[in-house]
Amino acid sequence: MFAIATLALFVVMSLALLRGLIGPSIYDRVLALNSFGTATVLFIAVLGFLSGRPDFMDLAMLYALINFIGTLAVLKFFQFGSLGDTATDDNPEEQQN
Amino acid sequence: MAVLVDLLSWVLLMAGSLFCVTGGIGLIRLPDFFCRVHGASVLDSLGTILLLLGLMLQAGLTLVTLKLILILLFLFLTGPTAMHALARAALHGGMKPDVAADTDEVAP
Repeated sequence: MFAIATLALFVVMSLALLRGLIGPSIYDRVLALNSFGTATVLFIAVLGFLSGRPDFMDLAMLYALINFIGTLAVLKFFQFGSLGDTATDDNPEEQQN
Repeated sequence: MAVLVDLLSWVLLMAGSLFCVTGGIGLIRLPDFFCRVHGASVLDSLGTILLLLGLMLQAGLTLVTLKLILILLFLFLTGPTAMHALARAALHGGMKPDVAADTDEVAP
């Protein structure tokens, strides 16, 4: 039964990757990235049980953390144009370093 | 008893896989970005909860179950938050929900 769940998660990852490739807007791509990350977390968890050694849960936990932070970081970057402070944009050439 | 737990875990895993595939298909097939957020939320909340519950029943009372509970709590908190932030950013960034023409007379 773990093989069926693994196969289903493979399908979900492929569909999310397809949406990320054909997504018309940037938000579609961010959405596909987030869904792909969630499917990857579940995939790592199921794969541990499939191989009989469920010791990869730390990797899944870490991937969930990175996925959330990455999604919010990309969203903030595309909303404000930068990841740092956005108040001082008098001369944007100086902030290129 | 072990057979019962195994059966329940099987049902939970299969239901989780079904909802995951449903969310993935919705991610491709739905016509609008905000509809796609809805499809991805199914994968994020329901598929995740059912799959991880099934895995917990398989693991029993071990450290693996504790880690699975931590993953479930974290995904349960961050998944809807990320989806809400995404939809809000899209609405703020100028995307309008694609309302069909024949629903205009129904809407107030």
